[in-house]
Amino acid sequence: MGRFVYADNAATTPVSKAVLEAMEPFYTQYYGNPSSLYSVGRAAKKPLELAREKVAQCLGAKPNEIYFTSGGSEGDNWAIKGVAHEQSKKGKKHIITSKFEHHAVLHSCEALEREGFEVTYLDVHENGLVRPEELEAAIREDTALVTIMYANNEIGTIQPIPEIGAICKKHGVIFHTDAVQAVGHVHINVKEQNIDILSLSAHKFHGPKGIGAIYIRSGIRCPNLIDGGAQERGRRAGTENVASIVGMSVALEEACKNIDANAQRLSKMRDRLIDGLLKIERSRVNGDRVKRLPGNVNMCFEGIEGESLLLSLDLQGICVSSGSACTSGSLDPSHVLLAIGLPHEIAHGSLRITLSDQNTEEDIDYILEVLPPIIERLRSMSPLWEEIVKGQKKFA
Amino acid sequence: MAYSEKVMDHFANPRNVGEIPDADGVGEVGNPKCGDIMRMYIKVNGDVISDVKFKTFGCGAAIATSSMATELIKGKKIEDALKLTNKAVMEALDGLPPVKVHCSVLAEQAIKAAVSDYYKRKGIDPLPIVGEIPGCESCACEV
Repeated sequence: MGRFVYADNAATTPVSKAVLEAMEPFYTQYYGNPSSLYSVGRAAKKPLELAREKVAQCLGAKPNEIYFTSGGSEGDNWAIKGVAHEQSKKGKKHIITSKFEHHAVLHSCEALEREGFEVTYLDVHENGLVRPEELEAAIREDTALVTIMYANNEIGTIQPIPEIGAICKKHGVIFHTDAVQAVGHVHINVKEQNIDILSLSAHKFHGPKGIGAIYIRSGIRCPNLIDGGAQERGRRAGTENVASIVGMSVALEEACKNIDANAQRLSKMRDRLIDGLLKIERSRVNGDRVKRLPGNVNMCFEGIEGESLLLSLDLQGICVSSGSACTSGSLDPSHVLLAIGLPHEIAHGSLRITLSDQNTEEDIDYILEVLPPIIERLRSMSPLWEEIVKGQKKFA
Repeated sequence: MAYSEKVMDHFANPRNVGEIPDADGVGEVGNPKCGDIMRMYIKVNGDVISDVKFKTFGCGAAIATSSMATELIKGKKIEDALKLTNKAVMEALDGLPPVKVHCSVLAEQAIKAAVSDYYKRKGIDPLPIVGEIPGCESCACEV
């Protein structure tokens, strides 16, 4: 096997060297519990607060509006269930979200539906974007919360967050965004964009796994999800994962410092990859090509199934992902691809390639060299492809 | 659960891929909506399956089970090929992840469908010999 190319950065990213170095002392030297009063405890407390300041700064928030969590899923659960339960005391039991949210959001909403809440799932249309006017039309007297992701995890489309924020502000509705895929990759300012609650996860920007943060605008009431000790000013119990929190803050600071340079370089690589792959007959890009995360490529190739594509690429040292049903363990293909209107048979043949600043132009060359013959091979053994070519099967 | 080495071998180097232009029987099972279709071609000599080829649209397990199934029935008597179970295909591949069991079921059904077609072409009712080939009821999606 020749080259190794990791191109599944929307799944997770490698921890950067600087991050690892920043974390190490908190396992060996400053291992104290930040709640302890003696020296090693105090030594851990200060960096914790410094990390909070850094995270706040990157989001345009105040440090006391940042709470550390175990990651994106916890943040989404906390925000959605917390706000919903608080607002229901005022009789507000309606939530607005979109059809293609991450399962941490969708399943939280479904859990609330079982409790008697009503949820509106906004259409995301062919381009994978929520329409602000449709959101505004969906807002009701009893709307407790709007939760719309910042950028989609599969097709990378960036939602009109400032517009949504302004509409929510106008109607006095709390606005949460799952920004797991966006933080560190696009400019976010919670105040300017009128975001009330935002959840993020460190491992999507070269931080460690199992750590994240939530921003809750001061004044917003969002009851605790995890009760226990008095950590995080009594809002989120559990001994702080100091090493990971420090690692996350270093990673985020690094990502935000390089946000423009990375975006420029990655979007050029992304577009070259997309243009190159579009030369394959009966291929298509999923989601808007412009309002898109700099590193996200998501395409469908008719007549083949995504998992066999993924496995073939793996045999050549390329790590990517697929929205195919077979990867997820269910028989239905990705809910995201179905939400943008793809028929099942096409959604099965999807491929997601997600780049980070650690990828190179040579990686793109290699993918462009390796992928077309794989597609040709799989199509040559596909009875479906034969029918498509003969015109017996008509696809979109 | 990850794939066994045998599954990966049959996925990467599938045996008996292709078509038999003058096949004596062709069977197709599965549905594009569910993400897998298997088409099996057989050549029959006397009561022996002298040659078999397949074409599959599907995941790694679908391709590997097709490949293994063709190996297991090639050169066998029709009556023995009909006795091949999805379990035997799975065992020959050193197992499959639970969500992929339906791929092995498809492989078993593809053989039966090809043999049914062979009997139909000969004017023999396949039902008493091959039995009913169930639709894609293992598939949860609406067809």
